[in-house]
Amino acid sequence: MLSVLDRKLVRDLWRLWAQIIAVSLVMGCGVMTLILALGSTRSLEETRSAFYERSQFASVFATVTRAPLHLKNRIAAIDGVAAVELRVVKQAILDLEDLREPASGIVVSLPDHRETNVNRLYVRQGRLPDPSRPREVAVVETFAKAHGFTPGDRFKAIMNGQKRELEIVGVVLSAEYIYAIGPGDMVPDERRFGIFFMSQKVLSAIYDLDGAFNNAITTTRKDAGLKSIVEDLDALLEPYGGTGAIERDDQTSHAFLDAELSQLRGMATVIPPVFLFISAFLVNMILSRLIALEREQIGLLKAVGYSNIAVGWHYAKLVVAICCVGIVLGSVAGTWLGRGMTRLYGEFFSFPFLVFSQGADLYVIASCVTIASALLGATNAIWTTVALPPAVAMRPPAPTRYRRLANTGATSLKLFSPLTTMAVRHLIRWPLRSFLTIFGTSLSVGLLVTALFSFDSIDHMIDTIFFQTQRQDATLTFSSSLSPQAVLAAAQLPGVLQAEGFRTSAVLMRNGHVEKTLQLASQSKTALLTRVLDVDELPVTPPSGGLLLSERVAEQMSVRPGTILELELLEQQNRLVHIPVVGVVQGMVGLTAYIDEQAFDRIMMTGPRVNGAHIRTDHDQLDALYTAVKETPSIASIALLGLSRERFRATIEENILISVMVYVTLAVIITFGVIYNSARIQLSERARELASLRVFGFTRSEVSSVLLTELGIIVILAQPLGWLLGYGFAVLVTKGFESDLFRIPLIINQSTYAISSFVVIAAGVLSALLVRRRVDRLDLISVLKTRE
Amino acid sequence: MLMDSPNSTKPVFHVEDLTKVYRTGDVEVRALNGVDMDLYEGEMAVLLGPSGSGKSTLLNIIGGLDEPTSGKIWFKDLELSSFSQSQLTRYRRDHVGFVFQFYNLIPSLTAWENVALITEVSPAPMKPEDALAMVDLEDRMDHFPAQMSGGEQQRVAIARAIAKRPEVLLCDEPTGALDSQTGIIVLEALNRINTELGTSTAIITHNAGIQKIAHRVFSFLDGKISSVVENDIRSAPSEVEW
Repeated sequence: MLSVLDRKLVRDLWRLWAQIIAVSLVMGCGVMTLILALGSTRSLEETRSAFYERSQFASVFATVTRAPLHLKNRIAAIDGVAAVELRVVKQAILDLEDLREPASGIVVSLPDHRETNVNRLYVRQGRLPDPSRPREVAVVETFAKAHGFTPGDRFKAIMNGQKRELEIVGVVLSAEYIYAIGPGDMVPDERRFGIFFMSQKVLSAIYDLDGAFNNAITTTRKDAGLKSIVEDLDALLEPYGGTGAIERDDQTSHAFLDAELSQLRGMATVIPPVFLFISAFLVNMILSRLIALEREQIGLLKAVGYSNIAVGWHYAKLVVAICCVGIVLGSVAGTWLGRGMTRLYGEFFSFPFLVFSQGADLYVIASCVTIASALLGATNAIWTTVALPPAVAMRPPAPTRYRRLANTGATSLKLFSPLTTMAVRHLIRWPLRSFLTIFGTSLSVGLLVTALFSFDSIDHMIDTIFFQTQRQDATLTFSSSLSPQAVLAAAQLPGVLQAEGFRTSAVLMRNGHVEKTLQLASQSKTALLTRVLDVDELPVTPPSGGLLLSERVAEQMSVRPGTILELELLEQQNRLVHIPVVGVVQGMVGLTAYIDEQAFDRIMMTGPRVNGAHIRTDHDQLDALYTAVKETPSIASIALLGLSRERFRATIEENILISVMVYVTLAVIITFGVIYNSARIQLSERARELASLRVFGFTRSEVSSVLLTELGIIVILAQPLGWLLGYGFAVLVTKGFESDLFRIPLIINQSTYAISSFVVIAAGVLSALLVRRRVDRLDLISVLKTRE
Repeated sequence: MLMDSPNSTKPVFHVEDLTKVYRTGDVEVRALNGVDMDLYEGEMAVLLGPSGSGKSTLLNIIGGLDEPTSGKIWFKDLELSSFSQSQLTRYRRDHVGFVFQFYNLIPSLTAWENVALITEVSPAPMKPEDALAMVDLEDRMDHFPAQMSGGEQQRVAIARAIAKRPEVLLCDEPTGALDSQTGIIVLEALNRINTELGTSTAIITHNAGIQKIAHRVFSFLDGKISSVVENDIRSAPSEVEW
């Protein structure tokens, strides 16, 4: 049996349903984003670590030119190393029947006659290759799916210059390639890039690595110091062309997942508080008004003997009831979206299984946070009821005192009409409430700017990368470094209009205690296909005496032009050279350092060499070019930039489109919650005033204009603040996304601000119009008979 | 002592067999039950009667705030009972001044602005300061409602009502919330307007003492006019016994 006060509570809730829905939608968004972000973070983290554990995923990775297999015992003896596998990992060109252009692949060896101890594969279909059958391969699932391959199917690959027909015997998943990205690509393209696994014996024979390896991976003991393992491994592998071992954190697939996870964590810490803050404010607004209207009832309750606590608790229960609606809405939406998002991860990343991690504690946390923030918002209002002495409560409140806008004389009301003056003075009378309403609305503008600016940035990124800096149609990578004659030969290939050679080499850069391993790239003074842009996006060529570093490298190494860096040439027996930094340039992808072509040859002391060539092609002769590439032994891979660009744009736009839709919905909900409630409160406070205006002969639209003017001012003032917040959020987002893999430029077009404002203003207008209908229904007579 | 009579016997309002029935749930309340009356140009009428006798309902209907269930009303040549909502709004705006028991001032506007609110939308208004001077409030023009006494607020309401130079002034318990001294000041203001501007005025009151200042007194009972008394000799507001 409900107590009488509880019955009142139920009826209050019923009466306030529209406002409660508006608040609980905002609250629900907070709960939803919290569950979504925390749940997805946990799901992704747990799925990844379960997969890593099951496959004994390596902690340290090292690449060498060629090293003998007998080093295995010495590597295993390094303190902290648990297990070692020595592999052959090579690039290959794939000749696929369903693909006109050549695809590229990475072929990885598997130990013969035993299971690998590190980076175990998860077999989805079929089995692993038999070392006695040289044509057998296992391919990764994404690649198999993209081409409809199943065990028994065959494809051709050019490996070490020889075309071979390979037979698929298994479809597998690898923890090393959860996220796999091909040469020249910026996002995964499973059609044009595949990973496949073959017997070590077979692969060693193909690549002339009998009794040798070119890649070492190790697992480590829990307490091991990774840094010292890397150092010991580097020392051991240095004579064999070791290019520097890396820790798991720098491994591409792992690093990308880390970036995704930190983005999710960022979402969990930034977005839910925005919603919880707004809902706390809205709860405060609704409750304060309700308490003002029920002032006499509160007095009466106290007069007949209800305690202060009982009365305060009655209103606190109302807040908790509102929260319950929000929590239910948010939990349902969060669970549904969370599962959808985890499934998306399952498709985007190659996991063998998905751990859904939306434990009960997640809902408890979300509920507690929501209720606590709402009660915090309601504290002031509830305290008013507790502190109100019954005798005072039963008298009408003192009339509201207004102030003039400025010290103007009585008859100087020229600037605004009386109706506008009413709106403006009401706004100024409650400055905190007005500010919070403006702030709440501006958060929706800010959220939209944050969602939409990615289009601008990605467009700019595509323009800079594919049209300003890498203007070649394709990049050929040679299987080893060759003399510049190879570039002339490349220029002779059918369909090649222009060819420019380039050279890269792994170096370890050192500035005091700061070290960084990266690829040093040559840049010719006469290069037209590839260009280096400075921070103002103007083309620069490296002066002969120094290095140009990309912004992120310069930041990480804390160097400025003039700093002398120590370079350890990892492919030249770790010889040391000292070279000054002469400039900082733009770099959106990877970590880059440029040096003049001749200077490069000088420090390498090998004479002029090239690792590959950038080419411009004739579109009509692509088929001939592709055929030639597949048949040229010295070409290890081809990166097709046009296709990479299209793929990049399509992937990013698809992802962004989803997030834009989500953000637009969230922004509309916030705007609706704030503006609708604000309008309802205004209407409640001013019903008498507005009805009086109708009595005096003002039309419905004139009367509504008082309400709409105030809302209009709020919405308009929210715009510049929202742009500012959006800019701030965008800065945070770009900083959050920044990784060694890529860096998103901060570009916000004016149209982004305009669209964000348009959406919020439209949502504001619709919310206000919902309330306007209530102005039309004002009861003129009853309002005049009663005292407020 | 006043001994004047209304300037003419031309009716501003002509009411015929007016009925108003309110329905709330299953309950039917007959607020007006066949009322006939005329209100003349320049006349000051007092409507007396107990609560629920129908006087406020009549005032609301002739003020264009409510519509009759049956019967007809004319304002001069215009048949109000056939007006649409927007025509009624226009009618209130151009022809009627209202004064209410609880003043109904806009708290966010000063006295002057409360009056200007109306004069800005009226076809031939007086200046707000002139209207305020007629109720002796020229010194309080800059004050907000919260800074004024009840009597002062009611006088601002009267100034607001007459500033548009309405043909009729409808007052529902204008002194109901005031003490006797303040009430008399308000009645003096209403009387002055009736005399000086010739505005037809209808005053609803519970206070039988006020009837002496009227030309005619309509007594209401159970939704009907039970009697109409003409005062041959009107009292001045200062002579009203509270």
